[in-house]
Amino acid sequence: MSTEAFQPARILNQGSTQEKAEGARLSNFIGAIALSDLISTTLGPKGMDKILQSPSNLLDSTITNDGATILGSIQISNAAAKILIEISKVQDDEIGDGTTSVVVLAGELLKEAEKLIHKRIHPQTIIKGFRLAKDIALKKLRSVSQDYSENQEELKKYLKKIAMTIFSTKILTPYKSLFADLAVDSILRLKGSTNLESIQILKKTGGLLKESYIEEGFVLDKKIGVGQPKRIENAKILVANTSMDYDKIKIFGSRVVVNSSSKLAEIEEEEKKKMLRKCQKIVDHGINVFINRQLIYNLPEQFFTDNGVMSIEHADFAGIERLSLVTGGEIVSTFDHPELVTLGTAKLIEEIMIGEDKLIRFSGCKEPSACTIILRGSSKQILDEAERSLHDGLAVLSQMVKNPKIVLGAGCTEIIMAQAIEEAAKETSGKIQIAMESFARALTRIPTIIANNAGYDAEQLVSELKTKHYKGNNTFGIDVMGGKVCDVQKIGVFESLLVKEGMLLKASEATEMILRVDTIMNSAPRRRGMN
Amino acid sequence: MLRYDSSGKPFIIIRDQDQKERLTGSEARKANILAAMTVANLMKTSIGPLGMDKILVDQDGEVTATNDGATILKNMQVENPIAKLLVELSQGQDDEIGDGTTSVVVLAGALLEESLSLLEKGIHPSKISEGYEKACDIAVKHLLKICDKIEFDKENYGSLVKAAKTSLGSKIVNQYTEKIAKISVEAVLAVADLERKDVRFDLIKLEGKTGGTLGDTELIDGIIIPKNFSHPQMPKQIKNAKIAILTCPFEPPKPKTGHKLDIDSVKKYKELLEIEQNYFKEMTDLVKKSGATLVLCQWGFDDEANHLLLQKKLPAVRWVSGTDIELIAIATGARIVPRFSELTEKKLGKAGMVTEKSLGTTDENMIVIEKCSNTKTVTILVKGGNKMVVEEGKRSIHDALCVTRNLIKDNRIVYGGGAAEISCSVAVNKASKEITGIEQYSIRAFSQALLSVPIALASNSGLNSLEAVSEIQLKQIEKESPFLGIDCISMGTNNMKEQYVFDTLRGKIQEFLLATQMAKMILKIDDIIRPTGQY
Repeated sequence: MSTEAFQPARILNQGSTQEKAEGARLSNFIGAIALSDLISTTLGPKGMDKILQSPSNLLDSTITNDGATILGSIQISNAAAKILIEISKVQDDEIGDGTTSVVVLAGELLKEAEKLIHKRIHPQTIIKGFRLAKDIALKKLRSVSQDYSENQEELKKYLKKIAMTIFSTKILTPYKSLFADLAVDSILRLKGSTNLESIQILKKTGGLLKESYIEEGFVLDKKIGVGQPKRIENAKILVANTSMDYDKIKIFGSRVVVNSSSKLAEIEEEEKKKMLRKCQKIVDHGINVFINRQLIYNLPEQFFTDNGVMSIEHADFAGIERLSLVTGGEIVSTFDHPELVTLGTAKLIEEIMIGEDKLIRFSGCKEPSACTIILRGSSKQILDEAERSLHDGLAVLSQMVKNPKIVLGAGCTEIIMAQAIEEAAKETSGKIQIAMESFARALTRIPTIIANNAGYDAEQLVSELKTKHYKGNNTFGIDVMGGKVCDVQKIGVFESLLVKEGMLLKASEATEMILRVDTIMNSAPRRRGMN
Repeated sequence: MLRYDSSGKPFIIIRDQDQKERLTGSEARKANILAAMTVANLMKTSIGPLGMDKILVDQDGEVTATNDGATILKNMQVENPIAKLLVELSQGQDDEIGDGTTSVVVLAGALLEESLSLLEKGIHPSKISEGYEKACDIAVKHLLKICDKIEFDKENYGSLVKAAKTSLGSKIVNQYTEKIAKISVEAVLAVADLERKDVRFDLIKLEGKTGGTLGDTELIDGIIIPKNFSHPQMPKQIKNAKIAILTCPFEPPKPKTGHKLDIDSVKKYKELLEIEQNYFKEMTDLVKKSGATLVLCQWGFDDEANHLLLQKKLPAVRWVSGTDIELIAIATGARIVPRFSELTEKKLGKAGMVTEKSLGTTDENMIVIEKCSNTKTVTILVKGGNKMVVEEGKRSIHDALCVTRNLIKDNRIVYGGGAAEISCSVAVNKASKEITGIEQYSIRAFSQALLSVPIALASNSGLNSLEAVSEIQLKQIEKESPFLGIDCISMGTNNMKEQYVFDTLRGKIQEFLLATQMAKMILKIDDIIRPTGQY
């Protein structure tokens, strides 16, 4: 009893743990650095892929090079690592690419910070230095970027190059030119909108990646009703969301009670009539194509066939929204006022074959921005990865059209930023100078890792590159294919300013957040089986 | 615990005492004080502009990184009853003032720590309590003496921004303090009633959104709701909207009484059909007739009703949350209508512009209602690179809002950077000399404890804490200037007036009172009984 008072007071719940000061910092650094090391091997054109297996279904595996996908599917308990995963996700949502680099940069910054803490520099001093360095880097980055908003023709050329740069780190590398064309083509159709909804990506196994192509208009992966025309020109389309299986009366508490089978038959007959009346109303809209989100049963389908209307059932929600977008028709649920309903139009609707499958193609739609990219590939995994890569490219390009600023890739911009910071550091006295230098070093690590992943003597290449830059050749970078230092403009590696900006800002914000922490308190995991 | 009654039979006072642990007298007090000190020590490192953050991992593995004392304590799942009291202490400060949640815990911890040595001298806890009470009185009176007034009005609010900056200085947002402080103050001023010195906090909405950096945080003169229009073909922008706010669903009515409607003939079936189809028509007609051009509904829409709304050119938003509905009603001057039949033109709200905006590459949209007829509602849209930063940003801004509100209610301030504490400490110490008796000791102890906050502040800033604090103490006495404090961010001056670092007087007084009260309460405990095994 009496010993209790002299024991250190325990204030937390049983099972909760607390890490303090050095311990907390150590665990943050280790977690974050381990995570960034894990993912750093996927960086660059010659980065490697990862297989992700789901814990519940071992057969369900994903092969990917996409940082956000990898980080999104690994399960992690370390708090700092979770912050890094989060920034990768946000980068993906906001810009679409650079999801790996943002984590790698944050990891490198933390590595540098760890060294500084060993030198007994206070974390807040490091943060101060990092902030200063970040501002300088950002200013430099913006000043070296080139704005093409005035020159649309040039921009188009660069868009392709940017798309190629993005695709060169992905599975699409061998056909990057083809895919870059596909991506640029479909983005330019959007005319400045960032709504990727109207670009549909359809995956069909079979064939080779290089057989992928862009299809005018919209392709719907559904069947046309039996016995109906397979080809309709000048289609008038009614896009609907209504029940065409059986149409219940939606009044609460109502039910059918009958006392003889003849009465049942009468009511059934009435129900049928109700449905047919609905069908008649639909046909009265003067349409020749009817697309419903929900199922269409045999009876109405037959009615449509008799009236020469093509009916397509069970187009899912996303499909319906897209269809209404591209055909310009509204989604209809009541049919009493045909004069108020806007119908969708298409020049031609026909059934086409891709590989083994029959699909329905809508071409000459009201919304010319619509298009479908058909991806072909030999396995589901390849297609999935190709879709992810393509999505990254499309996302970046769509943001590019809005904000057409371009910087040089291939490690060139990182070196430029690093050198700007080093310059500024020389004029800053005090400990924050050391922190700024560390920031610059972390930035140079990115080209180093890319070169490393490609199997070159990275340190050698990067130091050569640095010398070039010191001599004033500010357009030089690393040609990962050739394994040498060269003029980036010549090899045509361009990147979007947005991606780089996002990388810099998010990585430094996350680093700051992790550095500020001096205590980690872990709650006891929720006990299973309670209640 | 066993006693014997007059006939010599054993008499049990506490049941199952073999399963209970018991601490009494000075041991109990020591255990309690120790627990309180542990919590206080934990919080010490978060004080000041260079204080550190904590990461809290909750039961489900969710991560929170924060510098806010109340949040840390609330989420760290303490079990010790004394520690729990401190959690509530911080909560109390948060509810009442909204800022200083860390300092209050540190101060309470220090008061208890000082009392430890007094207890060892054999001073009775209630004597210590009395001394603390007196000392606290002296300190509060001194605060009233040294406080300053700041002047501001709707146009000149520079001084308010400076106060908000002090509050934000210790948080992760401090890179953008200038901007965020300005936003916070403008938000408060927009909803404040300077005549009545009242601020309605529920009119300020804090909405978080990942993407961009904290620097992209903006103040929107209106309301944001994270929703879409119910039908994709509805217009994305409505000018001069007349808003109908409904709390009834666009669905067939569901009478609350249990009933059955039996259909046994074709005729009845047809009748029912008629009724059903008229429902939606009636509903939309009623809305249209009222002259509304935008419908906000707390509930869902039936597909058919949704389409009818589109056909009638009535843009609509469904599933708007209850709090948003209320806010919009206040902002646009609309009445919340629970029945379609009660909708009239008078009950509609007005807004100059309603737009649906998309952000980033994901299809998350939000609807922005601007230029409301009753412009008193504002939204602060907090941006940040990740979820945790956004959450912390929201907490920090909330603190800044509280500070500004407190200043509007009462524009007296005291200087920060530990200046007020040091000045009070000097005053209390001086006063202690004029009091005879044992209380003198505890009053002096109080004056020592007051220094704990400046000491923590100095040591977090990397200064030689004791030296720095004693230096300031000396300077304050020499120059008789209560605005000298710790120079945390190396500005080169100790003059807090020049650095514009200040706290609200209300907050400071509250902090002293609450901490003293808590210390007294813990000192009063002399017996702890708890079941063993669980602990």
